[in-house]
Amino acid sequence: FAGLADVSISEDIPVEGEITIPVGSRSPDEDYSTLDEPVRDTILRDLKAVGKKFVHVMYPKKSSALLRDWDLWGPLVLCVSLALMLQGGSADSKDDGGPQFAEVFVIIWFGAVVITLNSKLLGGTISFFQSLCVLGYCVLPLTVAMLVCRLVLLAGSGTVSFIIRLIVVVAMFGWSTLASTAFLADSQPPNRKALVVYPIFLFYFVISWMILTFTPQ
Amino acid sequence: GPGTMSAPGAAAAGGGRSGAAEWGGFEDNVQGGGSAVIDMENMDDTSGSSFEDMGEMHQRMKEEEEEEAEGEAGAAEEEDGEFLGMKGLRGQLGRQVADQMWQVGKRQASRAFSLYANIDILRPYFDVEPVQVRARLLESMIPVKMINFPQKIAGELYGPLMLVFTLVAILLHGMKTSDTIIREGTLMGTAIGTCFGYWLGVSSFIYFLAYLCNAQITMVQMLSLLGYGLFGHCITLFVTYNIHFHSLFYVFWLGVGGLSTLRMVAVLVSRTVGHTQRLILCGTLAALHMLFLLYLHFAYHKVVEGILDTLEGPNMPPFQRVARDIPVVSNAVLNTTTKAVALTL
Repeated sequence: FAGLADVSISEDIPVEGEITIPVGSRSPDEDYSTLDEPVRDTILRDLKAVGKKFVHVMYPKKSSALLRDWDLWGPLVLCVSLALMLQGGSADSKDDGGPQFAEVFVIIWFGAVVITLNSKLLGGTISFFQSLCVLGYCVLPLTVAMLVCRLVLLAGSGTVSFIIRLIVVVAMFGWSTLASTAFLADSQPPNRKALVVYPIFLFYFVISWMILTFTPQ
Repeated sequence: GPGTMSAPGAAAAGGGRSGAAEWGGFEDNVQGGGSAVIDMENMDDTSGSSFEDMGEMHQRMKEEEEEEAEGEAGAAEEEDGEFLGMKGLRGQLGRQVADQMWQVGKRQASRAFSLYANIDILRPYFDVEPVQVRARLLESMIPVKMINFPQKIAGELYGPLMLVFTLVAILLHGMKTSDTIIREGTLMGTAIGTCFGYWLGVSSFIYFLAYLCNAQITMVQMLSLLGYGLFGHCITLFVTYNIHFHSLFYVFWLGVGGLSTLRMVAVLVSRTVGHTQRLILCGTLAALHMLFLLYLHFAYHKVVEGILDTLEGPNMPPFQRVARDIPVVSNAVLNTTTKAVALTL
């Protein structure tokens, strides 16, 4: 048993040194520093990031900022505000002809997931959450259209208001589709862009249809 | 000496960690060959350290193991070797902990892998070019003439899936412009349920019948065939939801619906042998396809309020609604049309 004296649990064997796993969960130093900052700074930083992405959507240039730091705060805020604004519209008082809150939510997220899966299956190079992020942020023009529609409907609901609403919704629908294709189509092989654009077109068409057919009580 | 012990130890551990290799050497000496059975008496005799030291060693090993398990949930195989190498060191309790950690890690890894693998299973069915999709859409309206040898069906799912979603969108538009009131459920849910239910349900049913009738067709091909057959439905509904003439609808129903049904029927006939089987299969498919178009038009189009409960009434004969729908002016025209249709069907 002479050899056993070498193999003991004394300090010479650097067991702890070996086991530390540098998987990346060992965050760099700056992560620790953001834990100590005041909450206001954290919130403002996140708000600024979301605001910057809104600007990117409204003026779609070929920048990769939207893709690189994806986040789902913006899409959540847009989805909730759109769903809230679509409440209170119904054909009858008893039977609900307008979409429920949960319906809008499910349509937007389920539709975005389906489009993402489709683009991945067609050989896209974009990741799942990046695609969700882009599709969610590009709902912004349609939310603006919803706001405008509600304001127009406050003034009256005749043919003129319908035409105004139609023009606004169609313009914003085009803007949404163009903005999202500007970001998403680049990640596809060049001859298959049309295959990816079509479901995006359908998705925003359904949302625009919900906005256009909204009639307040 | 130490040299002879560390060599089998490294072999037992398998990993690249020198700490593990040295531990493995210790285990080898204790158990004589890396067997999984722990002999406590042997351990006590040969350890040379006190019982407290054994406990401390056991605790440290467990902590290291937990860290490993959390850090490398996906690399179950690598851990396997390490675990087996260090298993013998800690006794029964240690081995149970090691087992649990490994089970958790393996479950996580297999779940993640099966999720990813599911997407990959579908990948070859989405491998199409836009030109191909366009060509197939146009082909779906042209019945084939050669029914004596099997016609090729492309097993692709992109086109059918997009057509089903398009049908959902058209249906929503039709329901809204006709102020359909859904008592239970929602507009969106009804539209999606109807379209997907038809596509998946009728495909499965016809596939089952094809199995009974010895037809040469696979499930994916059936899904693809029926999906492309919905192109005619999409066109018909898109036109007739916007131009509200019932006679126009009947023309489209027979013409466009009939063409796409003929194409599906011809392809199926070319893949089936025997007259009775061909009759059963094609009769069922033709009936279901044409009736679905009829149902979509009448169920979601200008229905009198309050009567419709679309979740429960797919078998309602459409002619009743025709009488109610029509304004008084064109009653006579519609009565003759209804009689004509009743005669043809």
